[in-house]
Amino acid sequence: MDTPTLRPPRHRVSRTAIWYWTARAALGWLVVLAAQVVWLVADRDESALPVTTHVTALVVTAVLAVAHVMVMPQWRYRVHRWEATSAAVFTQSGWFKQEWRIAPVSRIQTVDSQRGPLERIFRLANVTVTTASAAGPIKVSGLDQDTARRLVAELTATAQATAGDAT
Amino acid sequence: MIDPIVTTWRRLSPRMLVIHPFQEVVRAAPALLGVLIAGTSSGGEGHLWGLAGVGLMVVVGMLRWFTTTYRITPEHVQVRRGLLTRKVVTVPRDRVRTVDVTSHVLHRVLGLARVEVGTGTSDRRHEGRLKLDALTTAEAARLRVELLHRAPASSAAAPTASTAPSPAAETELARMRPEWVRFGPFTMSGLVTVGVIGGFVSRLMSEGNVDISSVGPVQDAWRWFSAMSLPLEIATVVLVLVVFVSIASTLGYVLAFGNFRLTRHAGGTLHVTRGLLTTRATTIEERRVRGVEVDEPLLLRAVRGARLAAVTTGLRAAQGAQRGGSMLLPPAPRAEAVSVARLVLPRASTGVSPVTAELTAHGPAALRRRFTRAYGVHALVLAALLALWAWAGLPSWTWLTAAALLPLTALLAADRYRSLGHALTSGYLVTRWGSLVRRRVALECDGVIGWNIERSFFQRRAGLATLTATTAAGKQGYQVRDVALAEALRLAAASTPGLLDPFLVEAREPDTMPAAQ
Repeated sequence: MDTPTLRPPRHRVSRTAIWYWTARAALGWLVVLAAQVVWLVADRDESALPVTTHVTALVVTAVLAVAHVMVMPQWRYRVHRWEATSAAVFTQSGWFKQEWRIAPVSRIQTVDSQRGPLERIFRLANVTVTTASAAGPIKVSGLDQDTARRLVAELTATAQATAGDAT
Repeated sequence: MIDPIVTTWRRLSPRMLVIHPFQEVVRAAPALLGVLIAGTSSGGEGHLWGLAGVGLMVVVGMLRWFTTTYRITPEHVQVRRGLLTRKVVTVPRDRVRTVDVTSHVLHRVLGLARVEVGTGTSDRRHEGRLKLDALTTAEAARLRVELLHRAPASSAAAPTASTAPSPAAETELARMRPEWVRFGPFTMSGLVTVGVIGGFVSRLMSEGNVDISSVGPVQDAWRWFSAMSLPLEIATVVLVLVVFVSIASTLGYVLAFGNFRLTRHAGGTLHVTRGLLTTRATTIEERRVRGVEVDEPLLLRAVRGARLAAVTTGLRAAQGAQRGGSMLLPPAPRAEAVSVARLVLPRASTGVSPVTAELTAHGPAALRRRFTRAYGVHALVLAALLALWAWAGLPSWTWLTAAALLPLTALLAADRYRSLGHALTSGYLVTRWGSLVRRRVALECDGVIGWNIERSFFQRRAGLATLTATTAAGKQGYQVRDVALAEALRLAAASTPGLLDPFLVEAREPDTMPAAQ
């Protein structure tokens, strides 16, 4: 018997998502760097830690930040994929711990779409599909707004068409 | 009074005017005690403040009775409560999945019972749970029958006849047998009790200034104890602990599971009653039962015992031996658990029982992973102990003990692998895992509402995956751990026919994952 395997879901997320992830990661690192700079300035007179330690920490953080900001969005764009057929929703995510999630459309309970402030700047949205199980929410982030809207409308229409309480 | 439907808002039983204040006082007891001690030690009116606190709690407790009302309409069960923030909890009656009737000692003295109504999905957030604390026992029993064995409201030609529980419509599936008490010591439930008592005694000594060593027998025992050599001392301590824990566990077992009975009602419900002092009766709608879980903690497994729980929509997963309302069988002979599971699972009555079916092992890669993980953790602990010994002056016996336990880790890893297994039989997905607590779950394939397949970096290298069947019942998701990816997909595809097919491809080489090789 052949060995079956899962093919990756058909769609990538929006290309803009790369910039969104970059911006979000950069903002996060900026907060860390700012905190370190503040500490450096505040610590100058006390000299509890030598300045060289501070600067080393700062440099290490900066290098990590640049590496993360450069690599992570590209990588994430390559591994995050999604697909919705009339029967099922299928997503793939994660790079160290890879995860596929599949849920039948007939068991969908809610379809939420969310747009945070940063996502709005990049005209993106994420869609969360929940089933009656607490272990099975499926999240697709970094979709462009039109695709997200279309996905939500499609899933809602099919989910409503099925009877029962989907447990 | 026969008809439990009350469309007007009603209060709980007035006898709660006794219980509510008592409960409030007990709940506030630590704080009150603190006030008392602090007040007395600072030379003031500690006892007065304490009294005032008790009085306040009594008033609060009585207010709870005045502010709590409920009503049961043909469509809803509603509870209204709260003094400052009024809150109405409404449960549609067709969403009622389980009814739990509990009577604590004080409740029983006054002839009362607390009714808890469990609903479906929102249960995990505690929102859907509705509590009536408390009604008279008779009223609670009627309410339970009414809520779960509901006759269709439209065709209520003879409502009194159809809602009355007739004893003939009840079949007994299992009942407590005196010889099951032998499993009591192996439940280890007494460990907590002994710990609590020990903690209480040490607190009493340190804070209450009770000098326990001034008591004559204690002094004698201590003198006798200190005269022994160290190995003997350790052996004595262990022996005393074992004896105490066994006694406490057995007592706990008898108190919690005495009078245990599992029955099936013709109306389509399972009914569990148990308890000697605090009685508890749980009713589960049978069509909500999605499977069963057989738990075998190591000690219980050694004496061929097991406990059984239902995997049910609307009941939180069982925690421990007795906490979960989904318990179907207390620690009992394994054979008994197997036969009860067969009776409870609707599809297992004819085919191979999913509780005894042969399981497919997960192969050498999973075995290697058990060993690397077990020894990885052990090595980390050992390294930490060594580091602490070298730099922080930890006594050397700590890491020596850890090193001596290395063979035990091998046994554990091997046993963990032996437990791993899965099967698909009679329409049930079966998975088993764990060593210290070996669990076997049989989940109805219809109850599977999605799949998660996880592969960590190391699992990808070993060609393994962890398959999670998500469900609305029990723990919300049940895992088949470290199974070969192809086998996981085959299992998932066979459990939910058609769902995975559009996404499956036949691969000659498993090189589709970029980071896999």
